[in-house]
Amino acid sequence: MTTQSAETDDRGRRCVLRARGLSKVYRAGEVEVHALRGVDLSLYAGELIVLLGASGSGKSTLLNILGGLDTPSSGKVFFLERDITALDDAELTQYRREHVGFVFQFYNLIPSLTALENVALVTEIASDPMPPEEALQLVGLGERMHHFPAQLSGGEQQRVAIARAIAKRPSLLLCDEPTGALDSPTGVLVLEAIERIHEELGTTTALITHNSAIASMADRVLTMRDGLIHQESRNLKRRRARELSW
Amino acid sequence: MVKNALNKKLVRDFWRMRGQVLAIGLIMASGLGVLVMGLTTVEALDETARAYYERYRFAHVFARLKRAPQTLIERIAAIPGVQAVEVRVVANAVLDVPGFEEPVTAELVSLPSIGHSQLNLVVLRSGRMPRPRATNEALVAEPFAQAHGLRVGDRVRAILNGSWRELRIVGIALSPEYVYAIGPSALMPDDQRFGVLWLSEEVLQAAFDLDGAFNHVSVSLLRDTHPQSVIDALDRLLEPYGGAGAYARADHPSHWFLMNEIEQLRTLSHILPAIFLAVAAFLTNMVLNRLIAMERSEIGLLKAFGYDNREIALHYFKFVIAIGAFGVLLGALAGYWLGWQETRLYAQFFHFPFLLFRPSLAPFAIGAAVGIGTALAGALRAVRRAVALPPAEAMRPPAPPLFSRRMPSRAALTQRIELLTRIILRQVARWPVRSLTTCFGLSMSVAVLVVSMQWLDATEHMIDVYFRQAQAQDLTVSFTEPRTLEAARALGRLPGVLAVEPARFVPAKLRSGARERREALQGLLAEPTLYRVYDARGEALALPENGLLISSALAELLGVRRGETVDVEILEGHRDTVSLRVAGTFETYLGTPAYIELGALARLLKERPTVTSVHLRIDATRERELLRELKNLPGITAITLKSAAIRAFDETLAETLLIFVSFFIFFSCALAVGVTYNAARIALSERGREFATLRVLGFTRTEISYLMLGEIAFLMLLAIPLGCGIGWVLAFASLQGFETELYRVPFVIEPSTFGIAISVAVVATALSALAVRRRIDRLDLIGVLKTRE
Ligand SMILES: Nc1ncnc2c1ncn2[C@@H]1O[C@H](COP(=O)(O)OP(=O)(O)OP(=O)(O)O)[C@@H](O)[C@H]1O
Ligand SMILES: [Mg+2]
Repeated sequence: MTTQSAETDDRGRRCVLRARGLSKVYRAGEVEVHALRGVDLSLYAGELIVLLGASGSGKSTLLNILGGLDTPSSGKVFFLERDITALDDAELTQYRREHVGFVFQFYNLIPSLTALENVALVTEIASDPMPPEEALQLVGLGERMHHFPAQLSGGEQQRVAIARAIAKRPSLLLCDEPTGALDSPTGVLVLEAIERIHEELGTTTALITHNSAIASMADRVLTMRDGLIHQESRNLKRRRARELSW
Repeated sequence: MVKNALNKKLVRDFWRMRGQVLAIGLIMASGLGVLVMGLTTVEALDETARAYYERYRFAHVFARLKRAPQTLIERIAAIPGVQAVEVRVVANAVLDVPGFEEPVTAELVSLPSIGHSQLNLVVLRSGRMPRPRATNEALVAEPFAQAHGLRVGDRVRAILNGSWRELRIVGIALSPEYVYAIGPSALMPDDQRFGVLWLSEEVLQAAFDLDGAFNHVSVSLLRDTHPQSVIDALDRLLEPYGGAGAYARADHPSHWFLMNEIEQLRTLSHILPAIFLAVAAFLTNMVLNRLIAMERSEIGLLKAFGYDNREIALHYFKFVIAIGAFGVLLGALAGYWLGWQETRLYAQFFHFPFLLFRPSLAPFAIGAAVGIGTALAGALRAVRRAVALPPAEAMRPPAPPLFSRRMPSRAALTQRIELLTRIILRQVARWPVRSLTTCFGLSMSVAVLVVSMQWLDATEHMIDVYFRQAQAQDLTVSFTEPRTLEAARALGRLPGVLAVEPARFVPAKLRSGARERREALQGLLAEPTLYRVYDARGEALALPENGLLISSALAELLGVRRGETVDVEILEGHRDTVSLRVAGTFETYLGTPAYIELGALARLLKERPTVTSVHLRIDATRERELLRELKNLPGITAITLKSAAIRAFDETLAETLLIFVSFFIFFSCALAVGVTYNAARIALSERGREFATLRVLGFTRTEISYLMLGEIAFLMLLAIPLGCGIGWVLAFASLQGFETELYRVPFVIEPSTFGIAISVAVVATALSALAVRRRIDRLDLIGVLKTRE
């Protein structure tokens, strides 16, 4: 146990999340789908990784398990020293509440709450949140905080979702295709928001995308195939989100 | 093949939404169930009564008289329009039933010594008929026998001719004449204290000094004969023989009560289903509307594939018709079963010897038409709107709702519960019509309960006013012949008697213009203290020195007002007709009584004051002793205990009312459950994404449940006062349906009724909400988030 918590990467960063031998089998009647087949993965404090891979390769499944939304069929996930695969539902809820920020492809805002209230929804239940207004400033939406989701564009809604995810100062920010539904300039705005948060708060961030152009903004790029991490590469020099386009 | 695919979708959708289909079906079925139940029951009772009357030759015109020779029969038969004549001896007597302490009043009816009865045939249920001339053999009416557990071979004692005579029961029988067996001066049937016995004619003639004579006539009429002409002729013929006024079947107490009951049932079977079905239609509309609104992307898809509007509309109408058919089927089955049960209960209550439950197709056809119509009407708007959408539009989700920030929001965001509450309130404010519909549905479940339980309150109040507040006597003793005041007061010397108060009954006809009514005049002391003339508004009235004090219901029937006069034909003694002033009227819930001061009555009768019954207040501890003494006194026809009368009243009403009330409670619960379940299920499917998102953000199940259940709870909170209000109005409106000539139901709702109504509705709502809550717990977080809105 002590070795796990002491584990660091070559730059001396502490390991925040460690997955060992993760597999996930979906059973749909007779057919068994192996979404994950023994994934090993470590995430270090303050790094930004990008997960690439063909559709159906298991990216979302992996991210959901890391974020405590789903449980693996076998294998373990350690958050710091804690084995989160051993947690029950209430404890998983607590884990998500305190440590994980999610951003999804479809913004998933609460339509009946304003931008500010959507963010406040999360700061209310977090232990050390930033003021919701500040979170909205961070994503550049300070002016629009009293608007309802229906009054915001897709990109703006996504930025609210990011503000909502980071307002509690999570240890982990997990984004599943956050730009999937957006055009290139809008996507860049969203990525800039993620980047800024990652830099200013030092949040460990994992980002799923189909867009290999986005991979160049990561510290590390993991490519999944057939339920396994097939390839891992390191960007010696990260590109700024602003420089990207597709 | 495509058509097949569409039908498969139909079946799958039906199965997928089985919970909601069941909930709508249940509500529809409840409405249709009462409709079918009511219609079939009324039909069956009507038909059974008619067949019973016909098979056992229930007469059309009846008359009591003092005494007439048998030879008069031919003259009666000669009256134009008369088909058959039956003359009998009919008399009251006190009966002593072994093992029953209280005295029992019996109506003794003669059976012909020679040949068979022409009219009012008895239905022999067991044993045999008494032999002619057998002085100690009797037939006993079945209800009475059952109430006392009497069987063939048992014995009872009766005072005949001033002395006790032992009678052996040789048979048990029923008669169309005593469907409703009501003792003299009783209001409700009491099978323990009033019974009918049939004895041989010769025995009764000997016992009541009527050798070769009779004191009761029944006649049946030829087709198309108007009873009034026969009544008039009969009155003229019987006048010299002490005729107390002939009356038609319509005024025969048993028939009158029976018809009243059926009539009330008929009214109810129209009013109640109307309420139920209106609510069901409303809810069906609400639910289908939302179900179809959620299908809009499927509709767009179908259109993109090339289905035309007609095919799509047809598809959804099929779905709706399937739901409707399900409700109709359930309702028809439930209605048939309930109708059968209810008819049986009533048939038991009326002691019909047979039961014709052969519902015609009509109730079911009406039910099916109403049910399917309700469902189609409910879906029409939604289907039309859906079909009208261009395909591209339909495939896009409906425009995102724009919420308004009327709720305070600049204030500091304090508790998260406040945020969740804000979601609830905005949700309600955003869809006011939808919320109102749910709220209305829930309030109807409260209202239905208030309406139904109010009947119990009202009757309880009626009994309380009539028996407890108005009357202070404990028992009433009726005499065979009028007695002097002194003789009557002598009863005060019996053991345990604390107070005696005389009363005089005189059969009479009251007339005003063309309106006429048979109603006994009741002579009372000027200021009675036991049997009081009590205005239902809460005061005892003194009798005027001259003139009549009549109930406002009677005044209405006669169309007279205070200060006007009515013609009173005395049907006794010298049979004068006099004009009397209506000195006052008063409100009463029961009957249509007319009172007159004892002295004034004596002047009218041109006699010294006489008494036909006395009211007694007694020492409860000596009741047994007193009853024993009373039983042995000669010349007494009936002894009525007030406590027993209250019990009889309670039981009779309980039997008939509770059937209805329990059904209403069931319906109300079905409503609450149906509305809640549907609202919650639809919320869950529309907002599943929102709920799942909140779960992902770290909200607990309890907090999510609060979101959904809180909305229902909030609407329930609004629904409670609304429901009480609607219940109040409906109760008031439905009173008319309950009003009969016998009683007018007061409008009384006890606070406890509101309390119970609210509790039942809240519990039903909470339980079904909790059932949906289980689904929140099983919410598929990943699945929901993967899909686009
Ligand atoms: N609930 C489920 N039941 C059955 N199979 C599932 C389920 N969820 C995912 N899968 C299967 O697991 C595999 C991995 O799915 P996952 O969603 O992780 O893929 P992904 O890499 O995120 O793909 P995409 O880029 O298209 O989002 C796929 O083959 C998918 O079909
Ligand atoms: Mg995915």
